[in-house]
Amino acid sequence: MIEWLVEPFAYNFFLRSMLAGMLAGIGCAVLGVYVVWRGMAFVGDAIAHTILPGIVVAFMLGINAFIGALAAAVITALGIGLLSRRSRLKEDTAIGVVFSGLFALGILLLSKTGSYQDLTHILFGNILGVSWGDFWGVTIVIFIVMAFVLVFYKELLVTSFDPGHALAIGLSPELIRYGLLLLIALTVVTAIQTVGVVLVIALLVTPAATASLLARELPHIMLLGIVFSILSTIAGLYISFYVNVSSGASVVLALTAIFILVFLLAPGRGVLWKLVSRT
Amino acid sequence: MVRPGLANYGKAHTVAVLKDAPALSITDLSFSYPGSSLTALDHINLVMRPGERVALVGPNGAGKSTLIKLIAGLEPEPDRGSILIYGHPRSACYHRVGYVPQRNDIDWQFPVKVRQVVMMGRYAHIGWLKRPGTADREAVDRALEMMDLTRLASRQIGELSGGQQQRVMLARTLAQDADLILLDEPLNNLDVPTQEMIFHVLEALAADNRTIIVSTHDLGILPIHFSRAIFLDRRIISDGPVDEVLTAETLARAYGVRLCTDCPDDEDGEPPSHADSLRQPNDIYRQQP
Repeated sequence: MIEWLVEPFAYNFFLRSMLAGMLAGIGCAVLGVYVVWRGMAFVGDAIAHTILPGIVVAFMLGINAFIGALAAAVITALGIGLLSRRSRLKEDTAIGVVFSGLFALGILLLSKTGSYQDLTHILFGNILGVSWGDFWGVTIVIFIVMAFVLVFYKELLVTSFDPGHALAIGLSPELIRYGLLLLIALTVVTAIQTVGVVLVIALLVTPAATASLLARELPHIMLLGIVFSILSTIAGLYISFYVNVSSGASVVLALTAIFILVFLLAPGRGVLWKLVSRT
Repeated sequence: MVRPGLANYGKAHTVAVLKDAPALSITDLSFSYPGSSLTALDHINLVMRPGERVALVGPNGAGKSTLIKLIAGLEPEPDRGSILIYGHPRSACYHRVGYVPQRNDIDWQFPVKVRQVVMMGRYAHIGWLKRPGTADREAVDRALEMMDLTRLASRQIGELSGGQQQRVMLARTLAQDADLILLDEPLNNLDVPTQEMIFHVLEALAADNRTIIVSTHDLGILPIHFSRAIFLDRRIISDGPVDEVLTAETLARAYGVRLCTDCPDDEDGEPPSHADSLRQPNDIYRQQP
């Protein structure tokens, strides 16, 4: 058993990948709490998808993919805010228009320049291809996320719970929202290495959703979400290593499995728990 | 819709009190929602002295919530007119204004505990980059005590009854130590003991020279607890002692029958429901046989 667990670490990329995946997962789990409780899942998904043209353009210009992805994510975050504010469109409509258009642009550009292999890596992740540069990028991003959440905890809390009260005491919920969107953009860019563009939303939403079934306070939900995220990253990487399947899909399915377990069995609130205790 | 964010949040102590200024002074205020051609509020003039309690009444869609949100700073700057709070423009005075939203405006499933919600009232004083201190925690303790919530302090807010939830929102405003307190339909669906408790606290606040506006469509409680009423239907229809404001004409107007021919239509407002029009007059008869 121990041999089975240790064997992958003989490859020096395995530990690096696992650590990078865990860090990205931690960032996603923490921000995911706000994504879930503010109903921002669709925005998160859109930001993840519009990263594709950013990466492709960066590739074409010969600059770092991380920077291209980040620029695209930031532009999306700000663009969605502007578009829904300046027009009669509802926000989810604005998001739908912007994100599908940019995603299509990314596919188009990639079909001219890249290979199918590149597309697969961006769409579905390539956690075993994490370089030391990527690793330090992820570390810095997660440090920024944690610092922001700690420093602005009470502003994030009041604007999420009751934006009206925030306005009444002179705190702009829009300001906090833009800050949060920027952080989501940063974190999503780090997480596409692990799970890819298509599945990032699971990393953002599922740990927080699972933890919300169990805990009743934001900090507890964050901590539980981090635990679920780390467990799933470890499980997903082992499965991927031994069964030779997509690592991103494995991580997400591990997260989903935990969610289903909690949904059914959560003490006092789980579906099965209620059924059993009633009989 | 640029709203001041960085400048005034948490700067409670820096705004001086203007001597002899009214608690609230609204001059020639008109407002329509962005993208709407309908006038939500039309030439509103209103002055309240410190310590005054006013009931804001009117039919659904009359603009009661809009007016309260404008005063509290939840809506963008009005099209014309001014709102002065203790002599200052509203952006200088955020900490002085406490806003208690309608219960439906809050997500009660949100993972936050009673004590944390009440602490949010203190954020007006704490500001950026600081954590709540001893004085803040004591203010929260007092507010919880006053609203009889001490033993519920560590409950998640979704576990409370409707009346208890309303008390939490009022406790938050108490902790904020606001001078002008705005309550939007605070009595909706509350049991009588909770209503009485809220009135008791409002009376204590008024005795402490706090100024209070309560919007309500429940006219039954007015004669007992308020001396002044303002009847709003996009314009101020009448303003004065409760028994003068609540005449047959205004009541008919509030609950379906239109007596004036030039009043604006209720196109974008919700029409008064049958339940309201049937229930409300009865409530009044019960209070004023």
